[in-house]
Amino acid sequence: MTGTAPNSTAPKTVGAAKLAVRVSAITTLNALVTRFEFQRIDGTDFPTFSGGAHTVVEMMDGEKKRLNPYSLMSDPAELSTYAISVRRDDQGRGGSLFMHQKIKVGDEMALSYPVNLFVLDLRARKHLFVAGGIGITPFLAQIKQLEAIGGNWELHYSCRSPDLGSYVDELTENYPHATSVYYDDKKQSIDLDNLLDGQPFGTHLYVCGPKGMIDWVRKTATATGWPQAHVHHEEFLAPQPGRPFAVRLKKSELTVEVGAQESLLEAIERLGVDAPYLCRGGACGQCETDVLDSDGTFLHRDHWLEDDEKESGEKIMPCVSRFEGKILVLNR
Amino acid sequence: MSTFEFPPSIRSRPVYCVLQARPGKAHLMIADAEGAEALIDLALRAPELMAKAHVIYIPKATDFGAALKALNPAQYYEGPSYSAAVSRIKRVFLDASMGLQIYLSGTEGLMGQALSEAMQAGYDHTAIQTEHRGSLARRMQCVHCKGITEDVSNDPFQCSHCGLNLFVRDHYSRRLAAFQGVCIDAEEPGNVPPSKELYS
Ligand code: FES
Repeated sequence: MTGTAPNSTAPKTVGAAKLAVRVSAITTLNALVTRFEFQRIDGTDFPTFSGGAHTVVEMMDGEKKRLNPYSLMSDPAELSTYAISVRRDDQGRGGSLFMHQKIKVGDEMALSYPVNLFVLDLRARKHLFVAGGIGITPFLAQIKQLEAIGGNWELHYSCRSPDLGSYVDELTENYPHATSVYYDDKKQSIDLDNLLDGQPFGTHLYVCGPKGMIDWVRKTATATGWPQAHVHHEEFLAPQPGRPFAVRLKKSELTVEVGAQESLLEAIERLGVDAPYLCRGGACGQCETDVLDSDGTFLHRDHWLEDDEKESGEKIMPCVSRFEGKILVLNR
Repeated sequence: MSTFEFPPSIRSRPVYCVLQARPGKAHLMIADAEGAEALIDLALRAPELMAKAHVIYIPKATDFGAALKALNPAQYYEGPSYSAAVSRIKRVFLDASMGLQIYLSGTEGLMGQALSEAMQAGYDHTAIQTEHRGSLARRMQCVHCKGITEDVSNDPFQCSHCGLNLFVRDHYSRRLAAFQGVCIDAEEPGNVPPSKELYS
């Protein structure tokens, strides 16, 4: 995603309409990944979305409200159902574990309207996808979208092992000529230099996967003359725990203590203050907040602010960034 | 001197840079007239580009051809006009791979048209470098009859298709590679201000 405006059917006011859904199916794909399907409680179709869009899933974990973004992986032409695939992260903050362990078919949940921060550039002559692990999910929807319009695409998908290769069978069966799979445990890896060499003029490259893979693909592409506008990536960060810190919210006239396990955004929401967000992963820019006063160190973790903005101490992205120090006052 | 500093204008108006060498598997350089000087300057700064360069040049009554050829590009083509060269340009884009860097220099009409060809081949316009050199004349589209008049250097001017008196706007179409010309005497036919050379 290179600075394109978020593409959303959602109402602009934040915290407004949510989609009330019921879990309609749960499918275990392998030891780590489970697919969840949802249908709307009122029985109507879901809003349209384009491949690459995500939804923020609202999980009521006792007293705690968790909001985690997941790529929609279902067919964009099939709007009776939304589907996501969740990789269990035992080290994470608990959202994926909650989905895996607590959610049952028939449960009622809420989803945000879809937002796409990883759109296909449909002017492309060819779409080249590079996926690592669970990073396959946005491509599943994009592939269906391209198949419906006869688009030209090719997928290179790297997984840990055949046992953990989510959707490998489906992909290699349906699109044997467009799909290449690489298994780490068989010491197979994507020959990136070769892959990027000789792609037709007008090809767009998309990468979704672990940070190391994204950096590697972007760097290699730039070094071989691929312009930034043709290289798209999606990387949502999960908020990291850290030391608790206090924040003054000037407009709301409230002060809040951000807990070790919660994000600044979550702490603000806990007070009932309406704070904007779309991705909750440091990628979209929606949550950008002005800092009015500070004395301490910013722990910027987002991919949104420019380096000089991060150094200025005048902005913070509360979905993923933290603070250590005495005073932090936000214009919120 | 073939360079000109354009005054700031509306967002629609293209802005130009100084060509910079970028990493690439191949380098396509398209220029007309004094645009050759920008390629020569680029080759001075980055001579290593030329072994992988394809130069397409339209001299338009200038004589930079020999100097360009002396840069020893991998391929060199010289054509009498843009329309003579365009089929070759289309062919290059059709056969090219990602990793091709594109450098355009010379008149706005040449750069705009080559850029539009690259866009039609699926390439993002922000990835193409353009350096203006030489004539300030513009490629204009009459917004009334849609006809294109090349090399317009006076404002207002007469549409070469429908004959209306047109005001030269900075409003630009990247797809058409043309500025928009709008009738200047629609309300009072015949009341046309004296024509002045652009930027004079
Ligand atoms: S919500 Fe997207 S960057 Fe914070």
